[in-house]
Amino acid sequence: MPPTKTKTEKTTETRILFRNIDEPGLSKISTYKRLGGYKSLVKAYTEMTPEDLLAELEASDLRGRGGAGFSMGKKASFLPRGDMDKYLCCNADESEPGTFKDRELMQKNPHQLIEGMVIAARAAGANRCFIYIRGEYVLQADTLDRAVAEAYEAGYLGEDVCGTGEQVELVVHRGAGAYICGEETALLDSLEGKRGNPRLKPPFPAVEGLYGGPTLINNVETLSNLPHIVASGAEWFRSFGTEQSPGTKVVSVSGDVAKPGNYEIELGVPVRGIIDDLAGGASGKAKLKCFFPGGSSSPVLTVEEGMDLPYSFEAMADAGSMLGSGSIIVCDEETSVVELALRVARFYHHESCGKCTPCREGTNWTVKMLERLSHGEATPIDLETIVSVQGNITGNCLCVLGDSMAAPVSALVAKYRPEFDQAISMGGVNGHATAGNGHGGDALPDVAWPLGAGSAG
Amino acid sequence: MSAASDKAGEGMFPQEVDLERVLDERGFTPEIAEIDLDQAKTGSVGREPAPVPEPGEVEVPEKLRREIERAMAKYPEVKSASIPALWAVQREYGWCSPEGIHQAAAVLGVTPGYLQSVATFYDLFHTEPTGEHQVLVCTNISCWLRGADEMLQEMCEQAGTAPGETSEDGKLFVRGFECLGACDLAPMASIDGEYFGPLEPGEGAEAIAQLCAGEKVLPKRRLEDRGAAGGKRAGADRRTSSHPMNKTKAKPRAKKTGKA
Ligand SMILES: Cc1cc2nc3c(=O)[nH]c(=O)nc-3n(C[C@H](O)[C@H](O)[C@H](O)COP(=O)(O)O)c2cc1C
Ligand code: SF4
Ligand code: FES
Repeated sequence: MPPTKTKTEKTTETRILFRNIDEPGLSKISTYKRLGGYKSLVKAYTEMTPEDLLAELEASDLRGRGGAGFSMGKKASFLPRGDMDKYLCCNADESEPGTFKDRELMQKNPHQLIEGMVIAARAAGANRCFIYIRGEYVLQADTLDRAVAEAYEAGYLGEDVCGTGEQVELVVHRGAGAYICGEETALLDSLEGKRGNPRLKPPFPAVEGLYGGPTLINNVETLSNLPHIVASGAEWFRSFGTEQSPGTKVVSVSGDVAKPGNYEIELGVPVRGIIDDLAGGASGKAKLKCFFPGGSSSPVLTVEEGMDLPYSFEAMADAGSMLGSGSIIVCDEETSVVELALRVARFYHHESCGKCTPCREGTNWTVKMLERLSHGEATPIDLETIVSVQGNITGNCLCVLGDSMAAPVSALVAKYRPEFDQAISMGGVNGHATAGNGHGGDALPDVAWPLGAGSAG
Repeated sequence: MSAASDKAGEGMFPQEVDLERVLDERGFTPEIAEIDLDQAKTGSVGREPAPVPEPGEVEVPEKLRREIERAMAKYPEVKSASIPALWAVQREYGWCSPEGIHQAAAVLGVTPGYLQSVATFYDLFHTEPTGEHQVLVCTNISCWLRGADEMLQEMCEQAGTAPGETSEDGKLFVRGFECLGACDLAPMASIDGEYFGPLEPGEGAEAIAQLCAGEKVLPKRRLEDRGAAGGKRAGADRRTSSHPMNKTKAKPRAKKTGKA
């Protein structure tokens, strides 16, 4: 079903995950239960078999909210059956620039996530669960710790979930600052206590994941949907959103908009509705120029290209970009695209784990060449080199981080070529300020260890 | 490269490299880097990696030991407690000091080198001494669009330090940081682990001054107190309100009466 709203109708939020989000005390189990919480968990454990659950999840067509958009039910079904330790990892590393939805979900409604995880554990046959939360989220991790303790106390976690004899253990694991640990296999290495380097796939985590055992990895928002699907059914869930993108999405909107924040919308509403009606449109006097539709790794769309598209996985892919983590970063006309490309490249350069050459070297060179462009030291050949380096990165890396820089940088050069040419002919850039930013640079003193090159830290 | 290979066998580092200077540039002394300069120049370094410390021979502060052991008990494999152990070390010593890493290694049963390699991978671990207060200013896209570079500069000026450096009195460490997952607060900063924003010009300096004076920092800018952007009652929909998980009517609070 395409969105039911007509063009002239104002876009409003459709809250399922965000319902009651600011209810005082929602992070406490008593309030959560008073509002109907944990009923789905009881239903899943006492009225449904794991097979029923899997079938319901697959029928819902819930797609992963962490970036790739893969069917959650299908991924859960890939785990082998049988009596062995199986793992469920919730990806709460949330470090993609522009993304902050999981933060609000965990801070304000931690039990929704825990309930979703215990349900997912039953569907996948997992007995040990972990929440890998980025180390910067102190408030959120503390909140989760308290909520997990409450859930143990109430018998929703532990050796005997709801008196069924099923065992589900849950540990909140705090990371320590490394974007790459959001990549699912790097997350597993980090959780095993190693440096967070991605692994070669296959084997996929569903077969050989944490400690070599079958492992299901899902994003916070993905798992937070489960209590609702179990409560009201797959068909109800599919009544929201589009055919290929069912459900709602918590969208993080930031940048040059009047009211940045998280808005839960039905997938398929027009982008314009999200940016103008919900986030209040441009924050300054300048008109809007372009936006990243799914975090900083998604190729930008110009306002002309993107504003009237439906916000869904399929429409963003058809437009040559992606919905990704569902984070819209908006830039107005005053933004220097060269500086923007440099910011993007610096981030991925800083976060590259250094394991493979195209990413390690490619991100480094891209930053250097964009800096030359920005400082007015570049020649036209440099721009050609930037373009060709992106081509050499794309598809040649162990994980998607390399491509995550190449895609947006390529798109910026392709769509705003005259601005790059101008930076070359006019000797630099004078858009948004360009002062040094205290990280990622070669000469900075906070690069930690003398002999340990190639660290992500 | 050829210079280095010519000298292979003579020493680990080519003579031309002034190791002392290289270390110094990066803020290290040979002692901290555990490098014997004479050995490095004249012969093989000749140093085996430090083995797993004997648990009985290393004195570990009681609190640190307890925290690490509690973490170890949570995981099927002990090594998973590496990051929690390093957090514990950092809480104990203010940074991941060689001494602390040695102690954690003894409790975990791994080599200090292993823990060191883990510590250097993650941005939040300090492998050199750092300031008492940690100020991380996000300078990624959304914050940059809203004046993060100026905010970082303002805070550094007030603190009397440069990005990525600790103030002379050892009180403040200020650095630019990647997206902290709070772009709705742009420009924003994480101060001793707590998030603040959106910061108006001048409020960065105010925050630093408050930190130095031991006062509460920017009470009006705490993330913790912020409501959802769309307001409290947004998003009511026929289909969501019929849904059992989504009762909107909160039970009225029991009125306090005089009775006990
Ligand atoms: C470099 C990189 C960083 C990622 N960071 C995150 C992240 O912070 N959070 C997240 O949920 N997924 C992240 N992902 C996607 C995960 O690898 C994985 O696809 C996702 O957690 C699966 O959950 P989902 O199917 O529920 O979306 C990242 C991927 C890559 C390549
Ligand atoms: S693509 Fe980059 S981040 Fe990913 S494994 Fe290779 S070097 Fe590491
Ligand atoms: S860009 Fe600053 S918090 Fe995300």
